[in-house]
Amino acid sequence: MFERAYLVGARAGAGLAQVEAEVARLMAGFTAAGAMRVDPAALLPAEALLDLYGEDIRARAFVTHDGTGEMMLRPDFTVPVVQRHMAQGAEPARYAYAGPVWRQQRAGRAWAQEYLQCGFELFDGADPGAADAEVFSLICDAVQGQGLRVVVGDLGLLMAAIAGLTTSPTRRAALRRHLWRPARFQVLLERFSQPPGGADRAPKTPQSKVLGKRTPAEVAARLAHLAEDAHTPALEAREVAMIHDLLALQAPAPVALEHLRGMAQAWPALAPGVARLSQRLAALEARGIDVADLPFDGAYGRGSMEYYDGFVFGFTAPGRADLPIIASGGRYDALTQVLGGKAGGVPAVGGIIRPEALLALRADA
Amino acid sequence: MTLKLGIPSKGRLQARTIEWFAARGVQLERSGSEREYAGAVRGVPGVELVLLSAGEVPRELAAGRIHLGVTGLDLVSEKLTQDDVLTLSPLGFGHANLIVAVPDFWVDVQTMHDLDAVAADFRAAHGHRLRVATKYHNLTRAYFQRHGVADYQLVDNQGATEGTVKNQTAEAIADITSSGETLRANHLRVLDDEPILRSEATLFAACHAPWAAPAVRDGHTRLVDQLGLEAAVLKPWT
Repeated sequence: MFERAYLVGARAGAGLAQVEAEVARLMAGFTAAGAMRVDPAALLPAEALLDLYGEDIRARAFVTHDGTGEMMLRPDFTVPVVQRHMAQGAEPARYAYAGPVWRQQRAGRAWAQEYLQCGFELFDGADPGAADAEVFSLICDAVQGQGLRVVVGDLGLLMAAIAGLTTSPTRRAALRRHLWRPARFQVLLERFSQPPGGADRAPKTPQSKVLGKRTPAEVAARLAHLAEDAHTPALEAREVAMIHDLLALQAPAPVALEHLRGMAQAWPALAPGVARLSQRLAALEARGIDVADLPFDGAYGRGSMEYYDGFVFGFTAPGRADLPIIASGGRYDALTQVLGGKAGGVPAVGGIIRPEALLALRADA
Repeated sequence: MTLKLGIPSKGRLQARTIEWFAARGVQLERSGSEREYAGAVRGVPGVELVLLSAGEVPRELAAGRIHLGVTGLDLVSEKLTQDDVLTLSPLGFGHANLIVAVPDFWVDVQTMHDLDAVAADFRAAHGHRLRVATKYHNLTRAYFQRHGVADYQLVDNQGATEGTVKNQTAEAIADITSSGETLRANHLRVLDDEPILRSEATLFAACHAPWAAPAVRDGHTRLVDQLGLEAAVLKPWT
């Protein structure tokens, strides 16, 4: 009842005071950067979360009912903060928050089900590179001195590569849709690399009784699409190889940038993404970040629940398998588009720190 | 303290369970009145019979209130973890598959791959996720995740699942079926992929039950001897 994630005796007396002081330190850093403090409810209507993250969120969050509908204990702050921001007119803004989040953990996992997050979200589309750099340097400053291992990535490059594939819009959309499911993404890449005709199915006329919400017209439309898809040429091996090259790319950021520039020469679709990476690195340097040794990982950020679609970063504690990622964040423009509906999205980048995990590191140092 | 064996309190599953034990020289008998949910085990001293609804058996196993229990693998897989129970023996009856079924007129859908593509189109056309009615939430979710299906949502259904598509409360179902007759009668068709789970009635041992008492251990040894089972071959259920 008085156990706290990753810390002993930290829900009373001096231990509690230490946690509160750490949270206050982090929040002071965020508010000094111009953030307004926000404190969303802990119990959220499940609908927006389900719509955004899909069924998998039910296995990750704690679900309950309030008599009118399904509710979730907040699994993160991003969704309520984005919703508030959009409701307020979506003018450029910075927000900071601190509080517990709740996540179900798989049986046998020692990771906490309830833990604190301190976060910073920045909504401003004027200069995306500068916004990325501002969030990264804030988080970096807050966790420095703990010997953390940092890694950065850019899912925008993968999105650009998918958008640049020489294939049908449907195949591009399918790959884009499974960007965050690496296994499924790979299955689709292989499927779409088969020569045409292999997956052909003779269109059948529905004989059975029609029932349910999906209409015969929808069935017919997909049959027509399947027939068309059966004649779509295989993905170009050269382009698939470059996607694999991109995903396998691990190098210090400037080396990675040079490599990507070379790739963009051969595949111009990548050029805008590479230009954004270049601008971001310059912005990071302008903020005093030593980018020369900053590790870049082309696959970083896939498989996360967060639906990042651009710059991504994470700080981990080497040799501490008992601790989760200490701090992480990234750009999530597409997520705001889903939440914004017809109103459209806003450029958004943010990051969180886990203060308890950070304190646990410091205590053992 | 005696070894507690939980079996279904009624129906075909109970009858087949009693037959299975009887064929191995163990007579399971309800004690006292028909209303009393307790019974005796003749032929093996030190074993107590507990009659439970089939759905309660997993919960009693997990809590360790019974040492052994007979129920479907489907219910145990859905509700318990590997740490809760071990498999003592499949019983060779109550075979059924947990499957995904869609309206038969969906001639464009044969596999989970198709279902994933349809889910994307469906969401775009109807403004909500493709709904899958089931009472097996954990097994179904894990299966859909393994197949990389997005844009779907589970809706809870505790009975007459086959009717949900017609009633437009779901577009597809994940349910247990043995002959498939009810599915066909409701114009539904099972996908071609491997089923979510192949289930049968199974004798389970509870990991959290009080096994330490000598009387319990003796009862267990006598029972597994009589049943012709190797006491040592307790296996995880997956």
